Amino acid sequence: MALKGNLRDFSTTQLLNLINLARKTGTLTVERNSKEVARMSFREGSLIFASVSHGNSRLSNILERAGKLSAEQANTIRKERGKAGDKELGMMLINAGLVSQADIIESVRRHTLEIVYRQFTWGEGVFRFDANVLPPPERITVPINLEGVIMEGSRRLKEGERLQDELPDLDMALKFADRPSAGIRNISLAVEEWRVVSFINPRNTIRQIAKANSMSDVQIRRIVYGMMHAGLVELVPCEGAKPTEPDRPERVAPGKRPAPMAQAPAVKRSVVMRLIDRIRRI
Amino acid sequence: MQTVKMVVTGTFSAGKTEFIRSISEIDVVQTERKITNPAEQIKESTTVAMDFGRITVDDDLVLYLFGTPGQRRFDFMWEILSEGMLGFVVMVDSTRAETFQESKRILDTFRTYAPTPFVVAANKQDHPDAWEPSDLRIVLRIDPEVKVLPCVALEKDSVKTVLLELLYSILDSVEDEGESS
Ligand SMILES: Nc1nc2c(ncn2[C@@H]2O[C@H](COP(=O)(O)OP(=O)(O)O)[C@@H](O)[C@H]2O)c(=O)[nH]1
Ligand SMILES: [Mg+2]
Repeated sequence: MALKGNLRDFSTTQLLNLINLARKTGTLTVERNSKEVARMSFREGSLIFASVSHGNSRLSNILERAGKLSAEQANTIRKERGKAGDKELGMMLINAGLVSQADIIESVRRHTLEIVYRQFTWGEGVFRFDANVLPPPERITVPINLEGVIMEGSRRLKEGERLQDELPDLDMALKFADRPSAGIRNISLAVEEWRVVSFINPRNTIRQIAKANSMSDVQIRRIVYGMMHAGLVELVPCEGAKPTEPDRPERVAPGKRPAPMAQAPAVKRSVVMRLIDRIRRI
Repeated sequence: MQTVKMVVTGTFSAGKTEFIRSISEIDVVQTERKITNPAEQIKESTTVAMDFGRITVDDDLVLYLFGTPGQRRFDFMWEILSEGMLGFVVMVDSTRAETFQESKRILDTFRTYAPTPFVVAANKQDHPDAWEPSDLRIVLRIDPEVKVLPCVALEKDSVKTVLLELLYSILDSVEDEGESS
């Protein structure tokens, strides 16, 4: 009767499939390392809400994180209306014209999905499904079709695994592809990717690039993977010479940065001659 | 394989994209603000317009051309981009005097990033309203040893000339057979 176990033996994908097919109502609690706890609630097989032990899931926080309320507004609300239930608070905010109903629904939905997708990547954790246990009635819930969630969650999970597989070694370096693929036309670089692009050089390891940009392993993996996929860059063994200032502090306010590198290009005369020769022939 | 890069900078609409497009052997990768991931829609404008072109010299030498993003709030990327560049081109829209001051500011900013050679391209010289390169030199207070070149970014030969002039300046600045590469 009780749905209990460990994700090692029964994955999140399998669990959600079961909940979906059996149209279950209740709350799934997953605990990892006996401190991180995620709770996901379902009504008749649809995901309706999620929360985590280490993050606040009250409406004021959800709206603040979604950028719908300023930190100041959210603080005032918590101070003055701390006891109001989420539904009551939601009504008040809508009546006051601070947010729209659509804002609330979208923010709760996003909050819920974010937790569930993150949960997909847990390879391990004790779970328990409590039938008919639902969030307190004052909470705002948004029904979300589980099939889409399962598909997207699996996709992200696979992507995560593939990232590990395809980029096993952060000590490799990158170079621009010799023959960029046709798809390169539609490439669109985010600011973070831009930062990475500027460090691409067979002498810089991926790890050094990440460090220079204060990026986590996961972040750099995702960016490098995306650029490899777009055919923009290729992996190469690191040439080992001096890195491009990997310790250079990033994110200092523009204008306040220390004068950078200030080195004349370390290039040979013969290289410049070859460039000249080539451009003359164009 | 060695890759070297040059940067093309200048005010918005000066002709950076056209310049790189005229000479690059690949379709210029021109990125635009485009938000593909719904989760990112909350973050405003996550991508930045930039150009990226390439000229293959031979099996082991490739030149990349980067056009700087125009938006001012992405100034911080100029510095990142300028890292390790061989030299740079400052594109000026010769037909629009109201952009000259900004061009000067961009030029000065870039010079602080790296003491690499650069040239000024007085672009849109095919346009009847274009200022003469010699007048631009005065207005922009360009040192006599820096080249101010007439340019029509739409024409490959004109772009070639500008790049070659920049390369000649680079050649002058390179010590005889420098040690490192
Ligand atoms: N007549 C003329 N138009 C040009 C020239 N260079 C660029 N343009 C035009 O000026 C506009 C801005 O050029 P673009 O390369 O997009 O500027 P960017 O913002 O610096 O990248 C476009 O409409 C170009 O076609 C030129 O040399 N002559
Ligand atoms: Mg452009």
